[in-house]
Amino acid sequence: MASVAAVIASTHHPFYLRASTATGADRPPFADEWVAKISAFRETLTRARPDLLVMVGSDHFHQLWLDNMPQFLVGKAPSYDANYYNEEREFGLPRMLLRGHEELSAYLLREGIDAGFDLAFSNELRVDHSITCPLITLRPEADLPIVPIYTNIFAPPMPQPRRFVELGKAIRKLVEAWPSDLRVAIIGTGHLSLELGGPRQFGPHGPDPEFDRKAVEWIASSDVSSALAEVTLDSLWEPGNATHGFMDFLLMMGVAGENVKAGYTDSLDLFHTMEAYFTWYPEEPS
Amino acid sequence: MSKYLLNKFLYTVDRDPELVERYRADPRGTVAWWEAERANAILNCHAGEHSTWLGFDDSEREALASHDYPALFALGAHPFLTLTLFIGLFERDYEEPLGFQLEYARKLSGFSLPYPDITT
Repeated sequence: MASVAAVIASTHHPFYLRASTATGADRPPFADEWVAKISAFRETLTRARPDLLVMVGSDHFHQLWLDNMPQFLVGKAPSYDANYYNEEREFGLPRMLLRGHEELSAYLLREGIDAGFDLAFSNELRVDHSITCPLITLRPEADLPIVPIYTNIFAPPMPQPRRFVELGKAIRKLVEAWPSDLRVAIIGTGHLSLELGGPRQFGPHGPDPEFDRKAVEWIASSDVSSALAEVTLDSLWEPGNATHGFMDFLLMMGVAGENVKAGYTDSLDLFHTMEAYFTWYPEEPS
Repeated sequence: MSKYLLNKFLYTVDRDPELVERYRADPRGTVAWWEAERANAILNCHAGEHSTWLGFDDSEREALASHDYPALFALGAHPFLTLTLFIGLFERDYEEPLGFQLEYARKLSGFSLPYPDITT
């Protein structure tokens, strides 16, 4: 059976590439610390020696649109083009071409549907910065095949938070039952408190540092029950109008397993949002 | 009232570099052209098919035609779509990093929770 070499959850910050490569007067004062933290975080994936990556993210109104909006979607294609014109324009993100892994995609679709998740699929998916940001931070060579899984954290009505946890648990179970000798890393990115296009955007910290503090504790200890006791679809508007991205962290807590402490936790208080990085090693006792 | 159609305008303009420039230079003309020619295009359908019923109401048309992003926020347009397009339109006019984004926040400072509903 396949092994889950690492479970990784993080924020995705589209400004990282530009900040980390800027020089001279253009280099922001926080860039060196950010690069150091990302380098340490990258090592947590490298040392897990993955063969392929299951990558959980969320399309930001690039390919998926309101005339036909899936709640959960699995990509099944031999390749995925990546990044869009408006991401190049705003963040300086490069166009990329990623390899897919159709066998694992097909397996997750068949078994996931049979397990009660009516997963949508795409045979031609251009992924966006929710998938490429973690590649840039964790695996900039982008040399491993991926299986992209998209969630709707963006366009109401969305699935309930509990459903994200359940899907995460199912993904973990299915990957571990996949008849293969490959080492799979499961990586997902979301957000802590975040405001986009509202009055609290781009402040000196994330819009709700108290939510961020609690969220980091929940994630680091995969404390699903405390998180679900406080977080609802309605409550997530309060820490910031884009905070539903926290549900991708809930999904990853489901992948990691309830109450399983992360082997690696780090965070960085930046303008606009708090960055947070977590890695679990299922093969090592915590 | 059609939050969906506001979003469709923002989405289709934002992903087309030529339309971004056209909307910056001539917002009123671009909105009129778009409503007449593009509002009923079904984006995930081949070009021979289209809808027949989509149109803006006056407040929506005016908000878009006057680049009035606080009004779009009030109307329930998706804030991510509005922000992304308007950064593409106006960030270039500001010297300081995040200058436009911070002015954007200031112009919305009259809004408090709960924000206008963005459900479509």
